[in-house]
Amino acid sequence: MASNNGDVKLIGAWASPYVMRPRIALNVKSVEYEFLQEQFGSKSELLLKSNPVHKKIPVLLHNGKPICESSIIVEYIDEVWSSGPSILPSDPYDRAVARFWAAYLDEKWFPNVRAAPMAATEEAKNAAVEQLKEGLALLEGAYGEISKGEDFFGGEKIGFLDIAFGSMLGWLRAVQVILGGVKLLDEEKTPDLCKWAGKFSADPAVKDVLPETEKLLEFSKILMAKMKPASSS
Amino acid sequence: MAEVVLLDFWGSPFGMRARIALAEKGVKYEYKEEHLLTGKKTPLLLETNPVHKKIPVLIHNGKPISESLVIVQYIEDAWSDTAPLLPADPYGRSQARFWADFVDKKIYDQGKKIWANKAGEVQEAGKKELIESLKLLEGELGEKPFFGGETIGYVDVALVPFYTWFYSFETIGNFSIQAECPKLIEWVKRCLERESVSKSLVDPEKVYVDLILVLKKMYGYE
Repeated sequence: MASNNGDVKLIGAWASPYVMRPRIALNVKSVEYEFLQEQFGSKSELLLKSNPVHKKIPVLLHNGKPICESSIIVEYIDEVWSSGPSILPSDPYDRAVARFWAAYLDEKWFPNVRAAPMAATEEAKNAAVEQLKEGLALLEGAYGEISKGEDFFGGEKIGFLDIAFGSMLGWLRAVQVILGGVKLLDEEKTPDLCKWAGKFSADPAVKDVLPETEKLLEFSKILMAKMKPASSS
Repeated sequence: MAEVVLLDFWGSPFGMRARIALAEKGVKYEYKEEHLLTGKKTPLLLETNPVHKKIPVLIHNGKPISESLVIVQYIEDAWSDTAPLLPADPYGRSQARFWADFVDKKIYDQGKKIWANKAGEVQEAGKKELIESLKLLEGELGEKPFFGGETIGYVDVALVPFYTWFYSFETIGNFSIQAECPKLIEWVKRCLERESVSKSLVDPEKVYVDLILVLKKMYGYE
């Protein structure tokens, strides 16, 4: 449908937390877009042409121009559709804090979410789980400081850090199951984050794009089968 | 404490990014050296960056900011009325952020493969990957004097400090970055004509002798 938003397409995949971020951001801004799903296991011509450097999803195509890297796409969406609800905080220090934690999640924390179920040894698995729990304890503290009594990191409504972190909730929940019911988000240790996770998941901009844990569990079986080499017997 | 404090280490390219940005904005600040080679971290560093315990840390009116690109973006936001490092249009900003992020993802790690290893497979891979990355960046620079256009911008700030480590990569890896990426070295020279850059960057030979060789010995990368 033609609109004065221009032509908006997003190359992605339903299960990717990184893809979820721009989807949530576009929903916050009420911008309609065409979702071009990549087939698992192959990369389309369009993806390779639009992101030749990294060849990864998500890629936003706005009037044909590509923008890559999920956090960068979210900032772009916030700046272009500036009349909609704002995603980054307006205060420079608050922006720095949000960006800091988003970088922490991407570089330090989420890699352990992926590593834990794939760990080769019990020891490695436990180490990854410990790192995850330590990270969540840090984030529980950060939530207390940043939300200042409101529901979200962004205050009354979801913002940049809610989106960065919340997009990982699907996989966090799935990995808890895969690890045999390990409590990462813990009512006792991270009560505020548990409440926040519930509110985030129910947010109108989020609920249709956050995949169900069941679907991720099914998908993870396919992923793990592809990643583990066939054992010789 | 001064209004603006930078916790830094003389040889860190990440710290140099913050120095350049502050200089571009004309911000007066107190520079505090963390003596990383002693292996000891000051209480101030541990207090202001408890998560990573790394420099640089910018402390503005007592409030700490960590992660060099987060710091540079903060400097851009907080002193927005002078010397903008990012263009005004959202698309231009997204491209600048993309390439600064690319520098972050590639250059340090690829360089480390070269300096932290003896001649061999890993070092060769590092050389190949680094040159590929620098050539991509050269392509992005194109015919512009700077990545930021007519004046230095976000990507220039993110990348130029790594020039101080090129001599170390070249000496240890026995290759020439100048030979492979002459346009990039011309760009470096243009950057160094700006005082904000020339005063923030350190001597590449000093980096080799007093930092890289010291690190190699300290960590047994020999």
